[in-house]
Amino acid sequence: MSAVRLLVGTRKGAFVLTSDGKREEWKISGPHFAGWEIYHLKGSPVDPNRLYASQSSGWFGQMIQRSEDGGKTWEPVGNEFVYEGVPGTHQWYDGTQHPWEFKRIWHLEPSLADPDTVYAGAEDAALFRTVDGGKTWQEMPGLRGAKGNLWQPGAGGMCLHTILLDPSQPNRIFVAISAAGAFRSDDAGQTWRPINHGLKSEQIPDPTAEVGHCVHRIAMHSSRPGVLFMQKHWDVMRSENAGDSWNEVSGNLPSDFGFPIDVHAHEPETIYVVPIKSDSEHFPPDGKLRVYRSRTGGNEWEGLTSGLPQSDCYVNVLRDAMAVDSLDKCGIYFGTTGGQVYGSADAGDTWNPIVRDLPAVLSVEVQTLP
Amino acid sequence: MIRVVLPFHLRKLAHVDGEVQLDVKDPVTQRSVLDALEASYPVLRGTIRDHVTQKRRAFVRFFACEQDLSHELPDTPLPDAVATGAESFVVLGAMAGG
Repeated sequence: MSAVRLLVGTRKGAFVLTSDGKREEWKISGPHFAGWEIYHLKGSPVDPNRLYASQSSGWFGQMIQRSEDGGKTWEPVGNEFVYEGVPGTHQWYDGTQHPWEFKRIWHLEPSLADPDTVYAGAEDAALFRTVDGGKTWQEMPGLRGAKGNLWQPGAGGMCLHTILLDPSQPNRIFVAISAAGAFRSDDAGQTWRPINHGLKSEQIPDPTAEVGHCVHRIAMHSSRPGVLFMQKHWDVMRSENAGDSWNEVSGNLPSDFGFPIDVHAHEPETIYVVPIKSDSEHFPPDGKLRVYRSRTGGNEWEGLTSGLPQSDCYVNVLRDAMAVDSLDKCGIYFGTTGGQVYGSADAGDTWNPIVRDLPAVLSVEVQTLP
Repeated sequence: MIRVVLPFHLRKLAHVDGEVQLDVKDPVTQRSVLDALEASYPVLRGTIRDHVTQKRRAFVRFFACEQDLSHELPDTPLPDAVATGAESFVVLGAMAGG
């Protein structure tokens, strides 16, 4: 019988939540790395018991942990992230140029083909890669060549938070950076170009600039990797051409501000977002926690509320804190800054809290296991 | 032997309890003690000093003999009491309120 394993990163440690395919009863393991910020954990698609975790601390810096047994035991691997060559500079808050400084790893994306190859998204924004299971990391500096001198940190830091690997074209990689935008490489990460045409951001001097957009998340369905969905600072967007151009699909959402966006495992036109009131008030509109689902790839949205708090709810759902499993029916999961992890075993129709009182949730990933 | 006290999280990373004892050749300085510490416990590389600059991380402090030695130059000799093992060299995370 199949099973699912949730990998939950929080402000104070990692938790591993497991259930059988019914997804009704859950076992909770953790905290792992108690007291450390766990920005992200993710398993290898080709070796699901091989997990990687980004463990960081304002005091003691960055660690990367690796598990060979699905998160039961862990060992630290390499933690040296050094920018290639002379790091150069990017825009700073005061308009001056500021040198790139490594702060932490926001996101780990294991290769689709090799468990020892993992991509890592860093703050200050850069893409690193290991090909030896995390022992050593090398920057892919071509990304910072894509107008990196014009990138500028938002209030959350200049972080590379999204990495999408195209299953149909092994040399194609997408990344997204706050507050720089989305970027694509078609040569396995050697060279990159901004893919922000069609984005409009009133918060920057030139709303249609080539870079400078605060992209919060991008998502794809593996069967149609040329179609991308984006939750921007404001606006939900869609691209039909691998990011060459974007169109807004916010439609009837109560707010088009938000952080995560994800795609149903079996329905490439079914997408999910969690509207947040505004960039000034990071909580759900009207104190009602609602996931919105579109079955038409955007524009037409329905609120999903069954089992979610519909009064006095003022949590946020961060960009890496939503995931879908590949069971039938598709399971959807998300974590909140209030420490709740909610799950739906019926594609979002009904929800249940899996756990209510974790530290603030930074990330949620799910593995569907045989 | 030089005695080093590590903070909770670094003791857990290094899998040690209590003080760490290190054989450090003269001169006994912050740099030589930390070099010896990292040689014995490679997992601590990058957690006390930056990998590239080798500067103390901003919220790590060094105390010994009831003094804050955090701002001493890395090659300044540590107090004799540390060099003789009478006193420990304390690495700790800065207090954070809130």
